[in-house]
Amino acid sequence: MTAAPFPTALAPVKRVSLLRRFLRRPMGVIALFLFLIVVFLAVFAPLLAKFDPNHVDFNLVYARPGNGHVLGGDSAGRDLYSRLLYGAKTTLWGALITCVAGLVIGVPAGVSAGYFGGTLDRILTWISDALQSVPAMIVLLVVAAGSGQSFPVLMIALGVFLAPGYYRISRARAMSVRREPYIDAARVSGMTNARILRTHMMRAVYPPLVVQTALTAGIAIGMQAGLQFLGIGSASTPSWGQMMNDGFRNILSYPILLLWPSIILGVTVAALALMGSTLADLISVRAEQPTPRLRAKARQWMATPPAASDLPAREPSGMHAHQIENCALRVDNLRVGYATKAGLKEVVRGVSLDAAPGEVLGIVGESGSGKTQTSFAVLDLLPSGGTAVADGIWIGGKEVSRLSAKDRTALLGREIAYVPQEPLSNLDPCYTVERQLVEPLRRVHGMSKADARKRAREVLVRVGITDPDRVLRSYPHQISGGMAQRVLIAGAVSGRPSLLIADEPTTALDVTVQAEVLELLRELQREYGMALMIVTHNFGVVADICDRVVVMKDGRIVETGAVERIFRSPEDPYTAELISASLDDADGRHELDEAWAANGSSAAEGRSAAHAAGEDGAR
Amino acid sequence: MLSFIAKRLLSGIVLLLVVTSGTFFLAHLAIGDPTQGLLGNSATPAQSAALRAKIGYDDPLLVQFWNWLSHAATGDFGKSWRSFQPVGDTLALRIPVTLSVVIVALLLAAVFGVLIGIICGLRPGGVLDRVLKVASVVLFALPGFWVSIQLVILFAVNLHWFPVIGYTSPDKDLGGWFRSITLPSISLALGAIVLIAEQLRNGFIEVANQDFVRTLRARGLSKRRVTMHVLRNASPAALTVLALMFVGLLGGAVVVETVFTLPGIGTLTQSASQIGDMPSLLGVTAITVAFVVVINFLLDLVLGWVNPKVRER
Repeated sequence: MTAAPFPTALAPVKRVSLLRRFLRRPMGVIALFLFLIVVFLAVFAPLLAKFDPNHVDFNLVYARPGNGHVLGGDSAGRDLYSRLLYGAKTTLWGALITCVAGLVIGVPAGVSAGYFGGTLDRILTWISDALQSVPAMIVLLVVAAGSGQSFPVLMIALGVFLAPGYYRISRARAMSVRREPYIDAARVSGMTNARILRTHMMRAVYPPLVVQTALTAGIAIGMQAGLQFLGIGSASTPSWGQMMNDGFRNILSYPILLLWPSIILGVTVAALALMGSTLADLISVRAEQPTPRLRAKARQWMATPPAASDLPAREPSGMHAHQIENCALRVDNLRVGYATKAGLKEVVRGVSLDAAPGEVLGIVGESGSGKTQTSFAVLDLLPSGGTAVADGIWIGGKEVSRLSAKDRTALLGREIAYVPQEPLSNLDPCYTVERQLVEPLRRVHGMSKADARKRAREVLVRVGITDPDRVLRSYPHQISGGMAQRVLIAGAVSGRPSLLIADEPTTALDVTVQAEVLELLRELQREYGMALMIVTHNFGVVADICDRVVVMKDGRIVETGAVERIFRSPEDPYTAELISASLDDADGRHELDEAWAANGSSAAEGRSAAHAAGEDGAR
Repeated sequence: MLSFIAKRLLSGIVLLLVVTSGTFFLAHLAIGDPTQGLLGNSATPAQSAALRAKIGYDDPLLVQFWNWLSHAATGDFGKSWRSFQPVGDTLALRIPVTLSVVIVALLLAAVFGVLIGIICGLRPGGVLDRVLKVASVVLFALPGFWVSIQLVILFAVNLHWFPVIGYTSPDKDLGGWFRSITLPSISLALGAIVLIAEQLRNGFIEVANQDFVRTLRARGLSKRRVTMHVLRNASPAALTVLALMFVGLLGGAVVVETVFTLPGIGTLTQSASQIGDMPSLLGVTAITVAFVVVINFLLDLVLGWVNPKVRER
């Protein structure tokens, strides 16, 4: 959600560009063109059609085209062409009435419900829901029964039933705009509610309403034709629904009567719907998924970059510290790229690193440095659209980068495990903790249900959960963040992996819990003899737990080395900058230090406070 | 849980009251003196007066409504002003017809909508996904009767696979019954299929990009197992649409029943509204809204089962 700071200045520009962007879509242009033809036919019906649509000529009954009657005559001997054109007029007029009624009722109600909230919102929303749960057609027939076949009244009634569509959209928009800073600013500067509603809210609501109106018009035309098909509406008003009824009654003898009203009704409704969906595409903020074609292109580009590419140099960065056969993980010249419509975006550009069993490797960098993408590439779990290529990836001494996706998946949960950053969003909200721990143990490790349950409980106890039975029964929303992170760690280590990848495992946690979780990871790593690759932006965490550290910037490694050495004498200026920044705003490190100091731990002696606290915490 | 049920029940009863009273007063306002519609133009004033007395039309409006309401509460919907048959009996004959069409349509919509939705959700941007996008827009907007007519032309008139019109009762001829409701059900289902498919597809893509899906995969679960997790998380939106579709289909059935001349509550509504047969209209309205209330209630229960968070609200 980007707030528009100067909505008055932006709105007109946006409107022009929306139309322009619309005209760039072939589907939208075709639909608009077809719809405009129908509008043209309706507006100029008196000029285009020579015959009175209601004039009955007995020679014209079921007549074939000819004699100036372009399409022939209907069952009552009236000119089909004239009735089709005048029918267009009736149809569009009715749709207009319905849309206006829906707008006039739905939008003010929706905007005020979204803006004021509270009881008003509850009442209006109940009414809107109630309207939606009433079969409109049945009530419309009741209205039609008595409204003296008055067409406008019926169309207004239809508008009432379609108003909830407008209501929901404008309410949702108003609610999100309500939270924008410029609305607060307008209030503070003394604008009245009425004025804010009139100027800011209406403007924010405008684009989705255009979409909704196209859709509503399509539905209104369809329902209107349906009513006319049932015989509702004045007999002297020509309409497509009536014409289809006439054709349908003669479907066995003169099915041709159905052809023209079917076509024009179908085309009009489809054109409106397609216009609406094209507009909706244009104003939607949702990022579209990369298409399979784009993804294939990305794969190709990653392998062999196009000649004219402006991608930077492609030599590997970073270094290896161990022999291949001694590595739990070794990555050689890894690149990760994403397909976008603008082309290929490389986020990891030639990274080489390794970690031995029992070693803790830190990957440090700011957000956007490619550290998380590196770990996803090792797991083979890049988000859709992402592609990784490497000269080699070795896991447990085995080359895996050329394995099939299925064989890579087979490594997960057994060889490699993963601890994510945000604990609560990484548990499936629909299942209990027990189910989520037991399922992989059964499906991946082939345990029996009872064994899996026993193992899950053991691991929960091991990660420091004191009431494992309650936690097992709980749903994710019923446990705390720290607890959830312990559950995720339990899930990761329950398969006894040889490599554990932890992506910012403490960032989302409370300061006090952070230290405990790091301590737990360290313990487990020693107990299982795992290699631990820990991704973080915080040198405090590095100091706490890592043996070696890799510093990343813009998708490349700027420095690799033992933690002690890097803290003592960083070679790259960027590393030095990161270290001092980590110490400055410290992410609560000061509080941690104070907590430890208060507990009587020895504080810094000539070294940096964070470093000391880290080492004390680890011992 | 109990308070949840009580709340939904109360809300349902309020809705029933509001809609039936709304229909009652609206119809009174709209129809006026019903005797002309019931007896035709040739009726003498004496005949009209006699009929008015018989149906209680001369009572004050509120008394009439109370009479109807107090009887309806015990399941007695009064007698038709036209045939003087109990409305309850007529409904009992006609509801199975409408329900069989609507339920078959819903089943079709659920099965095909879910299938297409999953296939498109698994491969967003693929050929099928792009076809679905256009098809969903167009099919949803095209009116049911329009679709039915095209189906009739193709399958009944040209190919002779199905009867053009008419209804066969299942206890007479099961195959004939099935043939007689196939086309109406399909024409009702088409719009619903694409709508459900689209909802599920969008929900599927949204859930598939969430963190916990990556974590599940990182635990080594197979693609099929992970898909089951995604599906469960994506289903509430599709289920809500399915329930909304039930309402939409009940309304759509009115027109589609007319096309296929099925003796359901749709054709009953249409004829009752044309002659101003108030008890029949009210009976249909009350029973449809009651269905809607029940369906929405069931939906809430299912949603609570699918998503544990909802249960605690």
